[in-house]
Amino acid sequence: MGKMRGAIVVDTERCKGCEVCIVNCPTDTIGMAEEVNGKGYHYAYMKHPENCTGCANCAIVCPDGVITVYRVKTEK
Amino acid sequence: MGEIQLMKGNEAVAEAAIRAGLDAYFGYPITPQSEVLEYLTLQRPEERTGMVVLQAESEIAAINMVYGAAGTGKKVMTSSSSPGISLKMEGISYIAGAELPCLIVNVVRGGPGLGTIQPSQADYFQATKGGGHGDYRLLVLAPASVQEMADFVDKGMELAFKYRNPVMILSDGLIGQMMEKVELPQQKERVTEFDPSWATTGKTPDRERNIITSLNLDPEKQYEHNMKLQEKYARMKEDVMYETFDCDDAEFLLVAYGSSARICQKAVNVARSRGKKLGLLRPITLFPFPTEIIAKLSRQVKGILSAELNAGQMVEDVRLAVNGRIPVYHYGTPGGKIYSPDDILKAIDEKLMGGY
Amino acid sequence: MDIKEIIQPENLVHKRTPLMTDATLSYCPGCGHGTAHHLVMEVIEEMGIQQDTIGIAPVGCSVLAYDFMDIDMSQAAHGRAPAVATGIKRLWPEKYVFTYQGDGDLAAIGTAETIHACNRGENIVIIFINNGIYGMTGGQMAPTTLEGMKSSTTPYGRDAKQMGHPLKITELVAQLPGTYYVTRQAVHKAGNVRKTRKAIMKAFEVQRDKKGLAFVEIVSNCNSGWKMTPNESNEWMEEHMFPFYPLGDIKVEGKIVKDLLKELM
Repeated sequence: MGKMRGAIVVDTERCKGCEVCIVNCPTDTIGMAEEVNGKGYHYAYMKHPENCTGCANCAIVCPDGVITVYRVKTEK
Repeated sequence: MGEIQLMKGNEAVAEAAIRAGLDAYFGYPITPQSEVLEYLTLQRPEERTGMVVLQAESEIAAINMVYGAAGTGKKVMTSSSSPGISLKMEGISYIAGAELPCLIVNVVRGGPGLGTIQPSQADYFQATKGGGHGDYRLLVLAPASVQEMADFVDKGMELAFKYRNPVMILSDGLIGQMMEKVELPQQKERVTEFDPSWATTGKTPDRERNIITSLNLDPEKQYEHNMKLQEKYARMKEDVMYETFDCDDAEFLLVAYGSSARICQKAVNVARSRGKKLGLLRPITLFPFPTEIIAKLSRQVKGILSAELNAGQMVEDVRLAVNGRIPVYHYGTPGGKIYSPDDILKAIDEKLMGGY
Repeated sequence: MDIKEIIQPENLVHKRTPLMTDATLSYCPGCGHGTAHHLVMEVIEEMGIQQDTIGIAPVGCSVLAYDFMDIDMSQAAHGRAPAVATGIKRLWPEKYVFTYQGDGDLAAIGTAETIHACNRGENIVIIFINNGIYGMTGGQMAPTTLEGMKSSTTPYGRDAKQMGHPLKITELVAQLPGTYYVTRQAVHKAGNVRKTRKAIMKAFEVQRDKKGLAFVEIVSNCNSGWKMTPNESNEWMEEHMFPFYPLGDIKVEGKIVKDLLKELM
């Protein structure tokens, strides 16, 4: 059985730091950056990238559409 | 000669709308203009030309249907009478702000409020000074016959597209309800090609999206938009229309439009038969107002009487045109009461000629 | 496996639809409007109907929807979107026309236009965002504000005796013969987003098949108006809004599928 590995890319300048992605992430991948973007918002990032399965839950609930999701099936 | 029929003014507007190749009419019943919608539904315009006719749930809905439909770049109109036009004013302001072409017929009745169903010219201010909120103008045509009710549909639509601005036919219960001989225009084809530069036709890959809106939150942009509108309204002067009767040697002048002009024309005939040098100027466009000809005539005549079926509205524009050179008086009967040629002659004797 | 190996074009599973413009959304952080916007545009992209679609933006928070949606759009006066949509659809019967309206717009000032467009069975889609408040003007009571719910004009909570009851307009329009598909959804959780996407797709299919009016309510949050964080507001919504505005299909293929009498009690 292959395992799903995923990754997200956050458009940090468009992120408003609402944290809706965090509660929608089933694998505790996402956290909020300590730093702020140009608008003063803390932005989402992969706090635990190894957890990501690429389920895209974070991206589809993101009101600002700032998350792009990638996924691969690994061999083991 | 075209086809001749005996028709009510309201019916003539409706028939002319079909023949002018209009794409849609959205309306709501109100006396004294309900025949427009009645005639249109009876005529099956959807079969004659494919024109859409829909009775809306209110005047407000009807004018917003016009707004949406006009935004598609097609030819659309509505009609109503005074209280209904007041309800439409919000939508008319949006249409003017979004610069959409459309035709609005107002078969005016006496007001204020529910008023009366009798003819009146009390909506002159509302029609010519904007009517709704914001700095905007309608191009206003004032028919004085059933023939003009028919003719001004196509003319009005042409002007609406020329300026991308709502055009109002300011009629009244008298012209809407009376029957006259009318020569009907030839049937025009409905236009199927549309100007894609601004209309909501669906965004194709070769162009940016088209947005119909009157919103500009940035005051600089709203200012620029307003100045562009003002420039457009000023440009409308080139389409000013009026008619003169016996003005060449006139010593006194009547200014009257629509129904009132018909009564005044008779008064001029009677005055002339009595040797009095009375003339009549009939503004056909109320906006743009025929300011220049009135200014010119004010250098020739000794006084002007603005005769209106209201408490004195157009008289203000006449005075602005005359600019104090000669006395300008108002005579009128507000509230749906109609004066006779004799009433006019009496008013001229009392106010203008002073026993002349 | 290195992250860089995963982030490759061939592994892409989700990206923002190109039918949303590059403009930054004017909505507050966490507001469901943005999610709903993306869903509508994703459906239009998937159906390949961008050049055949005309949208109507209302007055309210989404007044600038046309800045974000890359389609031809018409802004409408407050509450009049269904009438504007009627005018467009009657002249473009082969194109897709939808309105996007909030609760104040659709269920207060525009009630007449809403009811009559539904009753005529105008072949349009209505997307209705219900967040129980007037967001743009600063959080005043809406027709959908819950009993006891605080707003800037019900600072002590909505008292039904004085201010009337919250209006379930979706249940109301479902009873009109002109509506073919009526549903209530949400966009705060991934599962809800997927359901709402399907619902919006179905609504546009109803329009394509000329079956009548399709009405999609999205119960959403207004964290600014409710004075909560986005996630708190979503929890509050589940706890308080959903019991009164239960999610799910109300009318499918022209038939009511819920016990409305029970719902309205």
